[in-house]
Amino acid sequence: MRNAALGAFLVAALALPFVTGSEFWIKFAFTTLLFAFMGQAWNILGGYGGQFSFGHALFFGTGAYAAAVAQNSFGLNAWLGLPLGAAAGGAAGWAAGYLSFRYGLKGSYFALVTLAFAEVFRILANAVDFTGAGVGLFVKLQPGWADLQPGYVGFYYLLVALVLASVWLAWRIENSRFGAQLTAIRENEAAAAALGVDAYAVKVRAIALSGAMTGIGGVIYVQFYLYIDPGIAYGPGVSVEILLVSIIGGMGTVLGPLLGSTVLHAASELARRVMGDAPGIHLVFYGVLLVLMVRFMPDGLIGLLKRRASRPAEAPRA
Amino acid sequence: MLEFQIFLPAVVNGLTLGAVYALVALGLTLIYGVLHIINFAHGSLLMAALYAAFFLKDGLGIDPYLAMPLLVPAFFAAGYALQRWVIGKASHGKDQNVLLVTLGISIVVENLALYFFRADTRTVETPLSYEMLDLGFALVPWPRAIGFFAALLVAVVLWWTIERTDLGRAIRAVAKERQGARLVGIDVDHVFAMSFGIGTAVLGAAACLLLPSFYVTPGVGNVFVLVAFTVVVLGGMGSFTGALVGGLAIGVTESLGGLFLGQALGQLGIFLIFILLLLFRPTGLFGSRLA
Amino acid sequence: MKLADKKIDRRTVLAGAAAIGALAAPGIAGAQAPTVKVGVLHPVTGPLAFSGNQARQGALLAIEDVNAAGGIKSMGGARLEALLADAQSRPDVGAAEVDKLHEAGAAAIVGPFASGIALATTQAAARHNLPHIVDVGVVDQIVTRGLTNTFRFGPGVATIVDTALENLVRINDQAGKPAKTVMIIHEESAFGTGMATTLNTRLPQLGFEVMETIKHANPTRDFANIVLRVQARRPDLIIPSNYYDEYVLFARALQQNRVQAKGIYSILGGGASSYRFVKEFPQAAEYVMDCNHWFDPRKAASLRLKERVEAKNLFFTYEVFLAYSCILLLADAIERARGADRAAITAALASSTFADHIMPYGPTRFVNGQNQGARPVVTQVLQRDIKLIYPLEFASGNAVFPRPQGRT
Repeated sequence: MRNAALGAFLVAALALPFVTGSEFWIKFAFTTLLFAFMGQAWNILGGYGGQFSFGHALFFGTGAYAAAVAQNSFGLNAWLGLPLGAAAGGAAGWAAGYLSFRYGLKGSYFALVTLAFAEVFRILANAVDFTGAGVGLFVKLQPGWADLQPGYVGFYYLLVALVLASVWLAWRIENSRFGAQLTAIRENEAAAAALGVDAYAVKVRAIALSGAMTGIGGVIYVQFYLYIDPGIAYGPGVSVEILLVSIIGGMGTVLGPLLGSTVLHAASELARRVMGDAPGIHLVFYGVLLVLMVRFMPDGLIGLLKRRASRPAEAPRA
Repeated sequence: MLEFQIFLPAVVNGLTLGAVYALVALGLTLIYGVLHIINFAHGSLLMAALYAAFFLKDGLGIDPYLAMPLLVPAFFAAGYALQRWVIGKASHGKDQNVLLVTLGISIVVENLALYFFRADTRTVETPLSYEMLDLGFALVPWPRAIGFFAALLVAVVLWWTIERTDLGRAIRAVAKERQGARLVGIDVDHVFAMSFGIGTAVLGAAACLLLPSFYVTPGVGNVFVLVAFTVVVLGGMGSFTGALVGGLAIGVTESLGGLFLGQALGQLGIFLIFILLLLFRPTGLFGSRLA
Repeated sequence: MKLADKKIDRRTVLAGAAAIGALAAPGIAGAQAPTVKVGVLHPVTGPLAFSGNQARQGALLAIEDVNAAGGIKSMGGARLEALLADAQSRPDVGAAEVDKLHEAGAAAIVGPFASGIALATTQAAARHNLPHIVDVGVVDQIVTRGLTNTFRFGPGVATIVDTALENLVRINDQAGKPAKTVMIIHEESAFGTGMATTLNTRLPQLGFEVMETIKHANPTRDFANIVLRVQARRPDLIIPSNYYDEYVLFARALQQNRVQAKGIYSILGGGASSYRFVKEFPQAAEYVMDCNHWFDPRKAASLRLKERVEAKNLFFTYEVFLAYSCILLLADAIERARGADRAAITAALASSTFADHIMPYGPTRFVNGQNQGARPVVTQVLQRDIKLIYPLEFASGNAVFPRPQGRT
């Protein structure tokens, strides 16, 4: 089932720019895929690892600023922003993990501390000059692949590649020792530790990886929109959306974030059409969906599909 | 030396701000103390109360201070309903679910406000808005001064409710020993909802006291939620005294931080304290449960 | 694998098609009377909502006037059609709205009032070669990035600071140089930050000492600590640069705390030369000086517009008359371009010598997108009225400086 779905996605994804020349829809698809990618990053830590981060914007913003500052202040080529953003995000992840996990923060406390980290960075970014302070940073408009500004269609295909890579990564993790350890920690950390799993090390690895991936997402964001400010970088908006796509799609699954992002963005666009352009309405849906999901479908949409696919007296699951 | 002359007035500013923080934190710590849940929706509920107070003034001309008898019961009811029929039901008892459900509620409330009221900054003007209380060494705007004393009053009322009434006894029982309370016939679900309701009712009061000297936008809850958590953790989850002292301390920290480090960094001190507390002393200064 | 119980029946297909139809590409064009679509983009929600709405009103009034006078005659009387967009006081949203306006077929964009938003929208418009007239945004970078689609009708920070400081020196000299020390209070986005940076360079060159520069967020409600710092430092002059709400709160806080500076000399102070501020808080407004945008009081058209605006119960603030003038400028360019083609309009703007506006600028002349004749004026609030102190062609007298002590 998973392979068929993936195949369908691939065909649709590759065909999209040919089916519609509308910039609007390409941009829509780009946004959906970007959050599917970052949602997968969150999924590694939160879905597989069970550590819910409410402040993933920390990694997103750090990656974005790293790329912007690299170009503006150091004149580096935009492509260098990618490894720099990943490194910055990964470092932030490692640092956050070191502090939180070393001191045994779990569950709600961990969520709170990630929120606080993101907010601290927001205040700092707003205060210091090299991030542009309250003004934010603009990246110079230089269209073309050479400066990592390949235009809407180019960005779209780039994201398709990134999402496929993230799906592959999640699948690899799922089938690896690391993944097994993560899941063990999620289910019962004490028992896992008793079985010899170095919970601290595994969790830090997970958050560093998650941070690096989200950092890349930040770099792509700033290359596409050519603007970043403390509110966008470290504000709650990005944090919430990243965690929502995983939860709604299905935590701890390979395709969950992709499905979740598609459903969320499609629903929000529909809401916009029906209820008008006023800001906020689509996020109301997100919140309602979240509450409903937790109440009725804690396994997310993937869980729902799995359950329907495995009803008794049916053909065996593919 | 230059800073010294303005030190005391800044402390006074901080205390008046801190009193409101304390009030917000009181509700949060009650909810945590009894239900053991971290209520992420607390900030957006405060924002909803602020809007309610705003529209009562803007549309019906009711002064925020006089709106308290209206808002407090209304928000009590809202909180009761939320816990009884949304949070309680949705969480299936699991901790991480509660986290997500309250997050979901906060997203819904915040964005409903954004959709209906837009992101404009709303303020109210009352006859007292810019009258100053002259303390000699500092000038305090009357709304801030009133907020300070009223917050202390509300804290006392809350304390009295918990310590001296039957409901309070039931709440304390449930907080201490949930199963045991059930065994002696206390309707635990009802008590949970009552506690949540009281926690939200306090927000109604806080909003009325805050609005004349502040503003409301849909995002205002985000600011308060983290500060409220800091206060609660600082004072010790479930401790009223802690929330009060913690609130005042945080208010003064923010004021002095803003004065000496500049406005942009004013709140930095608060969040650094928060992080340090979570890491090193999560039980806080007065760490205990509803003592 | 089976698709479980999914029944692909007619109802499902029709429902699916309907859903897809509902999501169909935006902007299905139909047969319409000839109109020229003009993007009117402003922050009508969010912290800048007051100014954004004022600007939008100004633009709409101008579109009304152009259409009432017969539309674009070289296009056979084609009418201007406003495409309204809300930047929500955020640069990223402004840029996204530009994309939408482009998709909706806008021939040009006027807006977006705020400097920070303008930096983003002009860049977004450049991607689509969409001509963009900036109505207010003053920060210098708007016109120094080499974007050929960008035109700023009003003055930029460099010109404004020049005029402001020239007059500050003159006023100070005339009063016997009582002012030496300055404190700058500015808002934190591109506009305020740009202003503060320039002032910090120029003021010392003219012999003033900048004691401190304080920035604040939008929105800020509590100026208590900032006022405390002002009280502690006791500067001779206070120079605020911010948007309306914060300007008013700060000015009132100064008044309530009985801060006795020699003068408040605003440079683009959001409320300092605003009829609304003077009407609502006359005590706080008295003696406040401002270097800001102002209409040409010698032109009958300005006064007529003022009456019309006030008849609608709106305040005649700078956002209104600047946006109004920008639409007229655009209409003239479309007229000369003889069509709604973006490149033609851009070329027409670049070579524009439009004089029928209500600002004291003379005929337009754009060099690298900046209108050369654009300049601010200096005002002072005296006896609950806004008096012009500069330029001398229509000044009503001298400034009262220093501010009489002992008044609150």
